[in-house]
Amino acid sequence: MGSILGKNSTLTWVVHISVLLLVLLWTIPTVGLLISSVRDKDQLVATGWWTSFSTVERNLIKRSAPANEQFKEDGKFILKGNVFADQSGTVTAFGWRSQQPDAYVPGNTAQMRKGKTLKIEADGSYLLTSPTAFSSKRGARLFVTVFEKPIFTLDNYSEVLFAEGLGKSFINTMTVTIPATVIPILIAAFAAYALAWMEFPGRAIFLAVVVGLLVVPLQMSLIPLLKLYTTIGIGKSYIGIWLAHTGFGLPLAIYLLRNYIAGLPREIIESARVDGANDFQIFVKIILPLSFPALASFAIFQFLWVWNDLLIATVFLGNNEEQLVMTGRLREMLGSRGGNWEILTASAFVSILVPLMVFFTLQKYLVRGLLSGSVKGG
Amino acid sequence: MEQVLLALFTMVVAVLGCIGYFWGSNGLLALVYPAKGKNGAANIQKSAAIRPWLFMGPAILLLSVYLIYPVFNSIYLSLHGSSGEKFVGFANYTWLINDEKFIESFINNMMWLVIVPAASTFFGLLAAALTDRISWGNIAKSLIFMPMAISFIGASIIWKFVYDFRGEDVEQIGILNAILVHFGAEPQAWIVMPGWNSVFLMIILIWIQTGFAMVILSAALRGIPEETLEAATLDGANPLQIFLQIKVPQIWGSVAVVWTTITILVLKVFDIVMAMTNGQWGSQVLANYMFDWMFRGHDFGRSATIALVIMLLVLPVMVWNVRNLRNEN
Repeated sequence: MGSILGKNSTLTWVVHISVLLLVLLWTIPTVGLLISSVRDKDQLVATGWWTSFSTVERNLIKRSAPANEQFKEDGKFILKGNVFADQSGTVTAFGWRSQQPDAYVPGNTAQMRKGKTLKIEADGSYLLTSPTAFSSKRGARLFVTVFEKPIFTLDNYSEVLFAEGLGKSFINTMTVTIPATVIPILIAAFAAYALAWMEFPGRAIFLAVVVGLLVVPLQMSLIPLLKLYTTIGIGKSYIGIWLAHTGFGLPLAIYLLRNYIAGLPREIIESARVDGANDFQIFVKIILPLSFPALASFAIFQFLWVWNDLLIATVFLGNNEEQLVMTGRLREMLGSRGGNWEILTASAFVSILVPLMVFFTLQKYLVRGLLSGSVKGG
Repeated sequence: MEQVLLALFTMVVAVLGCIGYFWGSNGLLALVYPAKGKNGAANIQKSAAIRPWLFMGPAILLLSVYLIYPVFNSIYLSLHGSSGEKFVGFANYTWLINDEKFIESFINNMMWLVIVPAASTFFGLLAAALTDRISWGNIAKSLIFMPMAISFIGASIIWKFVYDFRGEDVEQIGILNAILVHFGAEPQAWIVMPGWNSVFLMIILIWIQTGFAMVILSAALRGIPEETLEAATLDGANPLQIFLQIKVPQIWGSVAVVWTTITILVLKVFDIVMAMTNGQWGSQVLANYMFDWMFRGHDFGRSATIALVIMLLVLPVMVWNVRNLRNEN
């Protein structure tokens, strides 16, 4: 291939640029989320995340110090301070009336009513003077247009994890995911071995049923199982959801593992049989260790699927602090905190962090699993 | 933390339970039909006949309870009233075909069904063909594949931020509207535009599924024998001709797998619609509508009927998969 392209460098460039464009299109949305989640929440809603590394121009309303901090000098009452309380920035304009918030240039003196004056410097320090004593306990309003330096913070994360309850939901999600990933594997592995290497009547039909069940929509199962769970008394419990994920994960598990196990060399299994091993011993001592790649593939699928699931968790778990998983919490936040992007972005990133780590470290097994057969959808 | 310990404990118990079951039942079998002794040969045959069913027992039980029984129970429920007790005949079905919201959902689902698999396959094929030719192709692939790991609800938040809309006089923080404003156009509220909003929801699923299509199709492209391509090159075909006339026809099988897999996924799409619009502004789909009737409408009969419609739509793919399996064996 390289030889064909080597002769045509324009085409090579077109390929490079097209791929770059595709990659950008596919990553920019996630990058935007990540950057936004560490921005200061006021800056986040003021400007787009793509400008987050440049200074931000904003119109702010600040207040001067209250009247009890005034002092007298040369017959005038004076209030001094800085509009930037705890951060730095540059004032580019100021004013004292809401109609004209940017009427004055920093360094100039504004004449206010009743002989008062206001002067704000570019560094934010202000000087208010008045012939009579100030009386406002809350301080006078100061209108400033400022250039603010970009602020990056982890405050959003500590807020969602502790104040918004996402930390608890993280634990709930782990509680659901760990058993729901491991339990189906063994059950499926035994069935897959039987389907691959044991002779019994109805084997072909059983395999066809498994393949058919691969695509059965979960929607089908929700109401019947909800009724069943209520009858036997495990509605809204972790046991219920572990079993549900196990049941729904089995077709894919059996199918993937059977394909793999059926592809193992016949000689190994037959020589073990000749040596007098029965199927149970063959399975435990030979098949399981050899099937590790397929087991890993399925484990990753099931892990991602359970971790990311919203539907089953909504149906089979309660909406309370003890049981609300992260996807459910995100959905609630979309409703109640729809405009609070600092909360939404940080929460979303917390919820996708673990799947992304799994994805980037174990991608090899994921790809192998995808290639070894069809795949379960949502 | 106690909860995670409980989860770990359950996991250990379950794994031990599984091992116990398989080991115990196997041991029992050996005890009842010992391989030695006067009936040794007959016993070995008998236990060989029983053992497969021991191996498959738990799987058969779980599959029956979680996937097979519900199909029949849903059919039963669809013929009964809201609580599943009173027989109503085909009332749920006649309600369904006259229900405006159902028709809207059905039409939307059909649109999803055409656009999402087509676009995902197209972009997946494009990405596969292009990344195979460059040195940093694997990194590019990995990044395009990444959304696969993100939950639908997480992806919805990511894209809701992309689509964010604010009034004309305020600075846009959604990148799509910011680009529009930059080029002098007016910002749009994408999510509430009837007809078009579905397309913006579909983009989310396309974004997630393109990586899947790319991985499968990339492997298929690599599987094409070198000789075929060399022969074409010697005959003077240019890269585009080779791609369209030789490579694409060779990978039809994989395209079909990708297409059907995404089709199934699309029929069940739920989280994205629920998170973005919850079916408002004309964007309802079947799976979310079914959920609506289940949780807000509390009508099991109608809800089960909608589920059966989804099942019916999945059926052709199911038959196709099973037939393919037969041909393979």
